[in-house]
Amino acid sequence: MTGAQTLQAEPEADPALHRARIEEANRRMHRSGWRRHLPRRGHLVLLPLSIIVVLPFFWMILTSFMTDTEINSIPPPIWPHHLYTGGYSTVLASSDFPYWFLNSLIVAGTAVIAQLVLCSLAGYAFARIQFRGSTVMLILLLATALIPFQLTVIPTFVIFKDIGLINTLGALIVPQLTSALGIYLMYAFFQSFPRELEEAGRIDGCSRLQVFWKIVLPLARPALAALGIITFIYAWNDLFWPLIAITSSHTFTVQVGLTTFQGEFVTHWSAIMAGTTLTTVPVLLVFLIGQRRFVQAITGAVKG
Amino acid sequence: MATTIDEATIARHANRRIRRSNNIAGWAFAGPSVIIVLGLSFIPMIWAAYLSLTDSNLVSPGHFIGFANYTALAKDPLLRQAFTNTLLLAVMYLPIGLAAGLGVAILLNQKIKLIGFYRTCFLVPFVASAAAEGILFGFIFDPNFGIVNAGLQAVGLPRQGFLEDPSQALAVLAIVYFWTQFGFNIVIYLAALQDIPQEVMEAASIDGAGRWARFWHVTMPTIRPVTIFLLVWGLIDVFQFFDLVYTTTRGGPLNSTLTLVYYIWELAFNFFTAGYGAAVAYVLFFTSLIVTVAALAYGRRRRVTL
Repeated sequence: MTGAQTLQAEPEADPALHRARIEEANRRMHRSGWRRHLPRRGHLVLLPLSIIVVLPFFWMILTSFMTDTEINSIPPPIWPHHLYTGGYSTVLASSDFPYWFLNSLIVAGTAVIAQLVLCSLAGYAFARIQFRGSTVMLILLLATALIPFQLTVIPTFVIFKDIGLINTLGALIVPQLTSALGIYLMYAFFQSFPRELEEAGRIDGCSRLQVFWKIVLPLARPALAALGIITFIYAWNDLFWPLIAITSSHTFTVQVGLTTFQGEFVTHWSAIMAGTTLTTVPVLLVFLIGQRRFVQAITGAVKG
Repeated sequence: MATTIDEATIARHANRRIRRSNNIAGWAFAGPSVIIVLGLSFIPMIWAAYLSLTDSNLVSPGHFIGFANYTALAKDPLLRQAFTNTLLLAVMYLPIGLAAGLGVAILLNQKIKLIGFYRTCFLVPFVASAAAEGILFGFIFDPNFGIVNAGLQAVGLPRQGFLEDPSQALAVLAIVYFWTQFGFNIVIYLAALQDIPQEVMEAASIDGAGRWARFWHVTMPTIRPVTIFLLVWGLIDVFQFFDLVYTTTRGGPLNSTLTLVYYIWELAFNFFTAGYGAAVAYVLFFTSLIVTVAALAYGRRRRVTL
């Protein structure tokens, strides 16, 4: 690196001058004296910005508790006069929303369990077992990241229609059973994982599956948590494929159902915002509970 | 007796047994995933290539018509519109999205308090579904009942059409999209900034580098790979722009928000011109592939000379 050399400080002839230079640098790098106790100026930008960023969600929740008369008054009130739950009862009683919610839970839940099993098995195999074709398969798997779903969606629809999966939850579950990203995440995790424990297990007479199940998986919990969270968020939020694969209302997911609200309730905003809130809450809960793992996973996937 | 088996043969047999057991275990572990992922990507991809050479209407396989779809799409004004709109989105979103992400990441990287709180706030729009966010912003920017117009009126400014105005709709979508992606850019940049060793910054400082000099000559070159990654990622993501369009404008008004993927979806699943839709999808695929490969090649070249 030529860059590092230019950064090296010339040794100073005069020690006093040297110390002065370091102090000057320190002053430039760190805040000194009384100013150290003030909150950083960054907060002046960050605090308003972070509030603006989450404001739309507060507005969503507030309007879901307003009556339509309140929402349609000009200017609209900032705060609901009292907690009106009519929007929620409309959504829950006079639409198929409960079905959609359940369908989304089934699809996302199955996707999470399947990916935890299949991606960790595959990731482990690619990281640890030298089998014929492993390198080629790994490269092919990673290459699929370059194939956009929009390219494969039309034939996928035709195939799924031919085998009778269209308009069933199966059509939504099958493509989510495993993923190249999940395999890669687990592969990267197992590569950075010490081998010794597994070898000890093998010497003690455990089979490969036993070693994987009893020794490797319990230690892989951080990676599994990250994979589970990412899978849930992705499966819960997906709109494009469910919109194409599902045509009857009872089989909709929440996202597809939500898009029919605009037509059904037109400007009945209280109900629409209640539905939007109910759709957003589960995914936000999962994110808030597991956000440390979530952040680790997305930054880890980029660095790896 | 000549039946004594020498040690080399035993070792060879043992090796073969281990290799066989490895092959069986490896494929048993990885097989299901490999079959599902490759089966759901390469087979449909080849099938789509064939479909793009037919006049399939999604229900029947259709007739082979050669490259007629491709010659037709070269003259398709709607495709040109969709392409322009998608590029405009990229131009409006990417530079600001990356710069703002880096800016906030730098602020967060100063050992600042509340960093966890800020990161959570910024990531919330990235995590919530684009469908819900599209509906939410359809409401916020509603010309009649929306809070934004109410605010504009309150300070004496004229009301706007926003998503119903052909000259504003795409820009409004770019703003909403910026809001949804902002947190991702911040988190990725922040991770890259935290990887810069403190010693390098101190060394630069001892050499007399000020805040700006450190930013341009230490920070920027170090995070260049991440910038290229975010650029490629952002471009690919913009090329897939669908959910927000579907839940707000449905391509309108006057096709001003028609994006490539929305157009493909319309062609295949609304107009049932699946063959033509597949051809458009292939154009999209090759465009994003060229962009990705070019950016990766550029990134690699720059990293070597760094």
